[in-house]
Amino acid sequence: MHMADSLLSPAVGAAFWAGTSSALAYSAKKCKASMDEKMIPLMGVLGAFIFAAQMINFTIPGTGSSGHIGGGMILAVILGPYAGFIVMASVLTIQAFFFADGGLLALGCNIWNLGIYPCFIVYPLIYRPLVKGRNTSRRIAIASVISAVVGLQLGAFSVVLETIFSGRSELPFTTFVLLMQPVHLAIGLVEGLVTAGVINFVYAARPEIIESIASARPLVTDLSMKKVFGGLLVVAVFTGGVLSWFASANPDGLEWSIAKTFGKPELPERNSRIEALIKSLQNKTAFLPDYSFKKAEGSPDSAEAGKSETSWPAIEAGTSASGIIGSTLVLVSVLLIGVVIKLLRRKGGRNRII
Amino acid sequence: MSFDEQYFKLGYIDTLSYKNTFIHRLDPRTKVIATLAFVVTVVSFSKYAITGLVPFFLFPVLMFALGDIPVWFILRKVLVVSVFAVFVGMFNPLFDSRVMFSFHGLQVTGGWISFLSIILKFLLTISAALLLIATTSFPGICHALRKLGVPELFICQLLFLYRYIFVLMEEAMRMVRAREMRSFGARGQGLRTFVSLIGTLFLRTIERAERIYQSMLSRGFTGTMHIAKAYRFGGSDLVCLAVTGIALFILRTYDIVGIIGKQAERMF
Amino acid sequence: MSHHIMEFKDVFFRYPDGTEALNGVSFRITHGECVGIVGANGAGKSTLLMQMNGYMLPSDGAVTIGDLQLTKKTRLEIRKKVGVVFQNPDDQLFMPTVYDDVAFGPLNLEMSAERVKERVTEALQTVGCLHLREKPPHHLSGGQKRAVAIATVIAMAPDILVMDEPSSNLDPKSRRYLIRLLNGFNHTKIIATHDLDFILEVCKRCIVIKDGRIVADGSVSDILTDKVLLEENNLELPLSVQNTGRSS
Repeated sequence: MHMADSLLSPAVGAAFWAGTSSALAYSAKKCKASMDEKMIPLMGVLGAFIFAAQMINFTIPGTGSSGHIGGGMILAVILGPYAGFIVMASVLTIQAFFFADGGLLALGCNIWNLGIYPCFIVYPLIYRPLVKGRNTSRRIAIASVISAVVGLQLGAFSVVLETIFSGRSELPFTTFVLLMQPVHLAIGLVEGLVTAGVINFVYAARPEIIESIASARPLVTDLSMKKVFGGLLVVAVFTGGVLSWFASANPDGLEWSIAKTFGKPELPERNSRIEALIKSLQNKTAFLPDYSFKKAEGSPDSAEAGKSETSWPAIEAGTSASGIIGSTLVLVSVLLIGVVIKLLRRKGGRNRII
Repeated sequence: MSFDEQYFKLGYIDTLSYKNTFIHRLDPRTKVIATLAFVVTVVSFSKYAITGLVPFFLFPVLMFALGDIPVWFILRKVLVVSVFAVFVGMFNPLFDSRVMFSFHGLQVTGGWISFLSIILKFLLTISAALLLIATTSFPGICHALRKLGVPELFICQLLFLYRYIFVLMEEAMRMVRAREMRSFGARGQGLRTFVSLIGTLFLRTIERAERIYQSMLSRGFTGTMHIAKAYRFGGSDLVCLAVTGIALFILRTYDIVGIIGKQAERMF
Repeated sequence: MSHHIMEFKDVFFRYPDGTEALNGVSFRITHGECVGIVGANGAGKSTLLMQMNGYMLPSDGAVTIGDLQLTKKTRLEIRKKVGVVFQNPDDQLFMPTVYDDVAFGPLNLEMSAERVKERVTEALQTVGCLHLREKPPHHLSGGQKRAVAIATVIAMAPDILVMDEPSSNLDPKSRRYLIRLLNGFNHTKIIATHDLDFILEVCKRCIVIKDGRIVADGSVSDILTDKVLLEENNLELPLSVQNTGRSS
């Protein structure tokens, strides 16, 4: 699933854009350094291939619902991590623009979730070691499935983290995780099978193709585990730094949402059966139950929490009325402006300046 | 959405981007920067913001009107991609039941407000992205990105991808149609057929890449792509950027709706 | 004038998988000639064309363009003299706009921006597509793509123009336009095609290839009226010749 702008905060979006851009710049550098020039048209049309392939639906066995492939694993296997990442990023970029899949700010997160994990983590750490030296079709199938599943789990988990840290959604951590991970397990399985299917298909039909690409693609000799973890650490520190800076600037925003996620202060609540059920489920599946985020009443923390609660948009009836009137007026005027401009354009004919 | 529908929609929005209106004629850099600034501003609103977001609809409305973009087409696309955001957002009312305010006896909880906020942000950001591509040709956007510092190789990749999307989609479409005609009603096909379809398309793609490389070599290619294009950043671009920047700042900082609303209340 | 001569001397070519595509091909094409190359599918036409601009190098024998013998080192130079228009225009138009595609060659020749603009304008005007210069290739019709593909090659001002199936997928009007266009070119022209009527109207000389060997090399009027020879090569008499035969 793609991350959406409307669930994102600028801090999280910017942090992931920073990570993604550095990865892109690094990959481009690596490609320029050791890639054969014939890869340039190949990468381009393979991107178009992934795009077209994503539009072909197939029925997922057992469920009857239709699905489509992501493509990150196929690209990583055929093109290697650097070129594969660039191609995946380009596909996601086109999707963001032409299909508004997620949005422009969220594009940074999406390229990270769907590109970094398959190309820089799963491929070198899982697929390659499993397939090295013995690339029988069975090995490839096993490696592909495990890789795709892990890659998608990481991606889905990232979406959860990105949403939680943005603080726009009320979904608690555990509930969100329980929703996302199982679904992506199934998707990962299918993706892995399709990846294996395509690779084995190509090996069977034209094995020399894979060989010739392998010799033309950028070298991966120095992509060691140390480098991968080192890179991740840098990004984590950077992200943590950016987020905490934002948190200190806007205490309400981030801290409040984290407090909301891991433990709620007592609130006056509307009683409802669904509410109660969800609450009990939450308590039963509470992640890190003895985490110190839970604010007990009477503690200095809770006093501050109480303060921040009341200082929060305590919207009184007065302001709400003006809010509704004002909104209606503004909306109507905005629409009127649009209609007027359209009419003017139609009348103006050829002598239009605007 | 069936394959044919997606193909048509993609082609349609691509055609729209080559229209000739004031907005279309602006330098792509202007539009890209303005759109990004718009999105970041909208997203920066807190989770309970509603009235603050309303005036921002001025921007998409202006783009629609000045750029002569069909509203219904864009709205339909917005609806189609709303699934994830709506799905996540709709849990908000379930988990946040603090009553924010009551209006004529109706109690509104924080959850519904934040849900509405997500919806509004969604409408604004997604239509902004679609309007950008509807008023700026994709090569133009790539040009803007290049000037904004995106690596040359990636720009090259984007342009190549864009160029061959329609070619590959047509190729895929022919194969999909052939499959449909031999399917006699069964919706979709098993994984096996899918894999051979994709696998064949993959092989053909590689062969095509080989031929493209051949024609590149025939015309003297030695490794560097020269992309020659002159966009001129003009006076209207500066004006638009300045106006957008100021407007975004004002709308973000001042509660326009509140001001207008209070004035209206006073008058009645 | 020697730089306009193309000479194949006993050229053999074997693909990596062992297929022997060319088995001792020899011919000489001189300045200004227009030669058609015909043969059954798989006879070796495409392979022959790929030797002409050095995309592939002969396994044996020599290919000479003008004063240069084709080797790995000289092929870049040779590509400036020999322009190849491939069968599928979509493979040749890979840039964002028509202008970019036609400018690709001249830019690779490291010309200045003004010179490039001159060349592009001239080439597009020649093929009648100057008004399409800002369009992306996927907005063009089949005939337009074909014309622009030709422009991309002639913008490099080659001495020799090689074309692979130029009239395929063209509607009759575009095909007629192409015939007129080619007849107006001063380049040496080499055209590989199944469209024998096309060769009748554009070429004076015809070479027939079979199993990687040249089995006939003579004037168009001799070869394209030789029913036996044509049918031996999975071909037929050109339609216009057939009709003349019937009506008399």
